[in-house]
Amino acid sequence: MFKSVYNWIDERLDITPLWRDVADHEVPEHVNPAHHFSAFVYCFGGLTFFITVIQILSGMFLTMYYVPDIINAYASVDYLQHKVAFGQIVRGMHHFGASLVIVMMFLHTLRVFFTGSYKAPREMNWVVGMLIFFIMLGLGFTGYLLPWDNKAYYATKVGVQIAESVPVIGPYLASFLYGGDIVGAQTLTRFFAIHVFFLPGALIAMLAAHFIMIRKQGISGPL
Amino acid sequence: MQISSHILDAPKHLGYYKLCPSSSCVFALRQDARYGWQRGLEQKMSNHEQHETAHRPVQRKEMSRRQFLSYTLGGTTAFMMGGAVLPMVRFAVDPLLVKKGEGTYVKVVEESKITDEPQEFKFKIHQIDGWYVSDPELAAWISKDANGKIFALSPVCKHLGCTIGWNTKGQNEYDCPCHDARYTKDGKNLAVAPNPLDEYEVKLENGFVYLGPVMPNTRTS
Repeated sequence: MFKSVYNWIDERLDITPLWRDVADHEVPEHVNPAHHFSAFVYCFGGLTFFITVIQILSGMFLTMYYVPDIINAYASVDYLQHKVAFGQIVRGMHHFGASLVIVMMFLHTLRVFFTGSYKAPREMNWVVGMLIFFIMLGLGFTGYLLPWDNKAYYATKVGVQIAESVPVIGPYLASFLYGGDIVGAQTLTRFFAIHVFFLPGALIAMLAAHFIMIRKQGISGPL
Repeated sequence: MQISSHILDAPKHLGYYKLCPSSSCVFALRQDARYGWQRGLEQKMSNHEQHETAHRPVQRKEMSRRQFLSYTLGGTTAFMMGGAVLPMVRFAVDPLLVKKGEGTYVKVVEESKITDEPQEFKFKIHQIDGWYVSDPELAAWISKDANGKIFALSPVCKHLGCTIGWNTKGQNEYDCPCHDARYTKDGKNLAVAPNPLDEYEVKLENGFVYLGPVMPNTRTS
């Protein structure tokens, strides 16, 4: 059944080369944990991506209940976590997954650094990886405000004040992040938009660049 | 899962793939590749036991190593994705599975105030909408019929949902201001509207009229 549907489509559109290019990925022996167990350090990048996928999925589902508004934000989070079935699990996935992404990404960065994989010809991929790192930090910062509890409020206040201390552009940066003069209604909607639309869009573009470059250049050689 | 194993079996280093990209060709190649793989295995084995293996049939019905790995990896992947996705799906469909609360009755007015002439009464219901709790005000037109039975009609016009009023044109009918829909005192649709006015469930207790959920009109069949 599945095969005949696949063949029907394949005869018309010749889709086999498309996914074959994606699936046919050369994995050298020195990065295969089945050959050398210590090669598990090469898994951190894939794990980061796996958790990122879970973050995107769980985030999509959370927005089914969440409202980015100072009156309703806290109440809606409280509702989705305590009244909706599996709310605690789905919010927990997003909450703890956020920390885990940072941890995995850091380990992946350490692996790339200590195996020297950032060296020519892969310098651009290192730079893109750093951009991903900062996008992830931005996602963590903007997402932290959304539950609109005391911790969120003061963390954002402190965070924006740090941004404000930057020479010359600091005050402008702070007004941009506040959307005004205080952490308030406009800050919350702004952070929601950045967290849900702008940064994920940038993240997906950067991840695509990251992976295309890996394919183009292959995995770096053994130490 | 099966398909991936077929295609990956194609010996791409030989350039076959580019020569015939259609999947049926690849499938045919797969047979060759598998044959070759088994032959290779036998040659390896024959280093140890030359005579016994030389005459063994090439095709065996056992599960191939590739198939086993495909099933194992596919199963593990499905399990992990299921573990991640199922809670989210349950989370999303929760409103479908929440038990509907039984209709509650709201005290509206003393029984003695109800006349043969329909009168409008406002009442508040307690509404819990997720995290938003409110007490919206509803209205009902309550009157007695010829037998003295008290009934209550919803003021929502069944044409396009405007709010109807009693006797606004002096014809002892419910009139809708929007498109001139008309209804009898029982709520029977006379013009424009396709259905009779909805009715509230009515309960009489200790001399008071209580109104419950809205139901289709029962007086005009």
